[in-house]
Amino acid sequence: MVENILNSIGHFYPEISIVVTLCAVIIADLLLKRENHTISWIFLAGLTVTGLLVLQQTGINSSIFHDMAAVDPFAVFFKVILIIASFFIVLFSIKSRELDPYLSRLAEYYMLIAGMLLGMFLMVGSTNLLLIYLAFEMTSISSYVLAGFTKRALKSAEGSVKYIMYGAVSSGIMLYGISLLIGITSATDIYGVNAALAAGIEQPIILYIAILMIIVGIGFKIALVPFHFWAPDVYEGAPITITAYLSVASKVAAIALMIRLFKVSFMDAGSVQIIGDWPIFEGLNWNMLLAFMAAMAMIAGNLTALKQDNIKRMLAYSSIAHAGYILMGFVVLTDEGITAIMIYVFLYLFMNLGAFYVAMLFSNKLSTESIEKYKGLGYRAPMECIAMTIFLIALTGFPPTAGFVAKLYIFGAAISAGWIWLALIAGVTTVISLFYYIRVVRNMFFFKSDGISEPLVFDAGSKVILFLLLIPVLLFGVYFTPIIEFARYSLKMFGM
Amino acid sequence: MELQLFGIGILTWIVFIPIVGVIIVLLLPEEKQNAIRSVAAAVTGIQVILAGIIFKNFDRSMLGINDASSFQFVEQFKWITVEAVPWVGKIEITYFMGIDGLSVLMVILTALISFIGVISSWNIGKMVKGYFALYLLLVTGMMGVFVSLDFFLFFIFWEVMLLPMYFLIGIWGGPRREYAAIKFFLYTFVGGILMLLVMLALYFSVAYTNTATGETIHTFNILHMMNPANYVEGSILYGVDTTWRYVAWLALFINFAIKIPLFPFHTWLPDAHVEAPTPISVILAGVLLKLGTYGLLRLSFPIFPDGTIYFMYLMAVLGMISIIYGAFCAMAQDDFKKLIAYSSVSHMGIVVLGIAALNTQGMVGGVLQMFNHGIITAVLFLVVGVIYDRTKKRGLNDFGGLANVMPRYTGVAIVGMFAALGLPGLNGFVSELFSFLGAFDSFRWITIISVTGIIITAAYILWTIQRVFLGKSPDEYLNLPDLTAREMVAFVPLLILIILLGVYPAPAIELMNSSLSHLVELIGNGGN
Repeated sequence: MVENILNSIGHFYPEISIVVTLCAVIIADLLLKRENHTISWIFLAGLTVTGLLVLQQTGINSSIFHDMAAVDPFAVFFKVILIIASFFIVLFSIKSRELDPYLSRLAEYYMLIAGMLLGMFLMVGSTNLLLIYLAFEMTSISSYVLAGFTKRALKSAEGSVKYIMYGAVSSGIMLYGISLLIGITSATDIYGVNAALAAGIEQPIILYIAILMIIVGIGFKIALVPFHFWAPDVYEGAPITITAYLSVASKVAAIALMIRLFKVSFMDAGSVQIIGDWPIFEGLNWNMLLAFMAAMAMIAGNLTALKQDNIKRMLAYSSIAHAGYILMGFVVLTDEGITAIMIYVFLYLFMNLGAFYVAMLFSNKLSTESIEKYKGLGYRAPMECIAMTIFLIALTGFPPTAGFVAKLYIFGAAISAGWIWLALIAGVTTVISLFYYIRVVRNMFFFKSDGISEPLVFDAGSKVILFLLLIPVLLFGVYFTPIIEFARYSLKMFGM
Repeated sequence: MELQLFGIGILTWIVFIPIVGVIIVLLLPEEKQNAIRSVAAAVTGIQVILAGIIFKNFDRSMLGINDASSFQFVEQFKWITVEAVPWVGKIEITYFMGIDGLSVLMVILTALISFIGVISSWNIGKMVKGYFALYLLLVTGMMGVFVSLDFFLFFIFWEVMLLPMYFLIGIWGGPRREYAAIKFFLYTFVGGILMLLVMLALYFSVAYTNTATGETIHTFNILHMMNPANYVEGSILYGVDTTWRYVAWLALFINFAIKIPLFPFHTWLPDAHVEAPTPISVILAGVLLKLGTYGLLRLSFPIFPDGTIYFMYLMAVLGMISIIYGAFCAMAQDDFKKLIAYSSVSHMGIVVLGIAALNTQGMVGGVLQMFNHGIITAVLFLVVGVIYDRTKKRGLNDFGGLANVMPRYTGVAIVGMFAALGLPGLNGFVSELFSFLGAFDSFRWITIISVTGIIITAAYILWTIQRVFLGKSPDEYLNLPDLTAREMVAFVPLLILIILLGVYPAPAIELMNSSLSHLVELIGNGGN
């Protein structure tokens, strides 16, 4: 017992490091002056240490705390993504003017981010239904507060309240589903669930209800259609740094959780290679259901995005659509599909954060998030606008950017598994998405600005961050072997 | 055949030297407009020289098409290789370039038209730096498509062209430029997505076995896709004459038909042409449209010979409609540019009709027509550009009697127009004749109807000449200056080619004859 815990702690350093960072932020808040970004740098240091500790875990494939969580290549992959995302969010926060009135509460802000990060770290690794729920709530509650962080802004408060309402209901439903699952299998760890299900259960209908309920909870977190109604308001209301964080990190964590949960607990270990052939699910056409949800997300997300004028809102709908593309890989759920998802989220991270970052830079200078106000910006801030163009065409899926590689693999997974109609819908909706992404580009370059022509000047630091995001988007577009090797290597889950 | 410079193959040079130009242009300050223009001219000039070297060293007897060993100037390197994994086998994307009789003329055409486009861009004064950077990027994309032998590479170059074109029309274009730019972009992007899906389906269906190691390797190599033996049993595109193969053929065809543009996918073209600045119209009509027919010949025909034979009548009928409908539309126009745009639809229809015949004559005629049409429309758009520069008008009824005011200009214009009309002794005649001869063998009635298009063409061209160049000129245009030396530089090489290929087309036909005969044979044998 004690030995197991001691051993487990050895594999738990990254999480411990986050907790230490959290504490360090609180202490720093008590000791330091509050009018500058010192705390941000402390937090950044903490993240760096955590990142290094995560890298130490490469190659480990074990279960910790009596099957509570797994430390395996799969978890490490997603932890790397989460760390990179958090790192950029801190950099964004340092540059954000929106947070300036709240500088004295910066410790609170980072504390919540740390809490959210810890929750997400547990989400990608947890193998126990109870821990899954705890991690899920830990992430959610931190993000509710973060969404309302700029509480003097009305929209922020509104978004936060909506988020809580939706979140509370859907996690309640998910908890109910989990309790049903535990009830019929008498196991709390997903390996036990798998064993019990493989041995056969008497009333599969309860299992199906449980699964649907769990999908509701996770679907809420990923903002899948029809559980997406919170997303646009929350994304629009929240400070842009947090919007960017929600659109990448919490989504990625929930996707990782979903993959692990489904693959480990519902899939017959022998049927990994066979598409959609899961004995446990006999009678439930689950992948048709998911394919339908993916198609809905792609169609609804892209069509609604067409009408948006607020860039954050537009990116919110676009991220709903991207969740649909990601779900395509999940419909397939072969190793190929999962690899495609991993490649997608990894590359999506950079392009989506990039688009949010440029939007934030403009919002700093122009105090507007309206796409109509971007007219003529291409001549006032050429470099930023060219970067924005690259991020947006990457989101569309144009070569030679990383977005193309992401789309290539996810489309490929669908086609190789025979989901041609789904791939076709994805193709058509990609064309639709071009329309709203390119509208931003058009406004930036095809119009003269209304009377104002003095250039927008950004400091060197802002440009460095821009390039940190731009280089991966371009580099992985032409040379993507490393990321594919990384994703393939990281497919390995504990117990599979 | 291999040619190298500093250890880098000639095809890499010809494709990527514009990128070097882009970097230099971006480093130059905006004020040094002439330096920027000179860089662009130098870079495209080097391309012309390289194309000349290729022309000189090209072995006319080698077949190419599906035989890797008879491609010329080949460069093949590993690009993306993912080691074997149990469920998919090894993955391979290669940097694979080479040319054969099918692509060599297109490479020469691209180099030439790009250079002439730079010359005619000289008086563009708005954001010169951005203009030439995008222009050169576009040139890289076009050239890349013509030399790629790996589908992945082909696709990347294909899509790389879209964005520069979008900006070039959208920023430097006419009053309705936004509309034209987004229309062009959306149309071609739809095609691109269809091609992407087919590319992926092909990728999962095609695997070859490495004889040395015994590994099964999935590949984007176009030549491997042409070999029926490489299709994995049970995969989606396996077999002959299956529904999925027809669907894939159609998807590819729609992509290329949008680019050609073939009726009913042609509506983006008049808008794009009218709004685009002159040099971009030249590029668009001179090179971009050829990518569509080239794609059919390079990808659709040899990879899906079954679909090609099954749908040959569809192609012929659409070609016929384009010929007639394009010609009638052209006759109805008052705008000089729109007239040429619709005449392009009509003339590209002849290409499609010729290649759909699936015999050597038709194909030679079609490919030669691609080249000739590139030269002729370039001349015609330059002709419009000259008059538009001077008067800011291009309505056919705005002018008259220009023959008296601008004699040299009129001479050039009339040669170009007679070539478009298909006058014997000029290059258009030869290729149209071959195309129709080939088509007549395969589809008699369709060809007979199509040939009436020539008469309509003659009607609208003669009428145009009459309206613009003959009669009495309006008073305000009595003092228009004739062609300048720079404009002559753009026109002369094209005119020489028009006349030379009109009286002696053999050098061009020799280049492609053996490759195209091989392609015809390949389709006839169902890919074997």
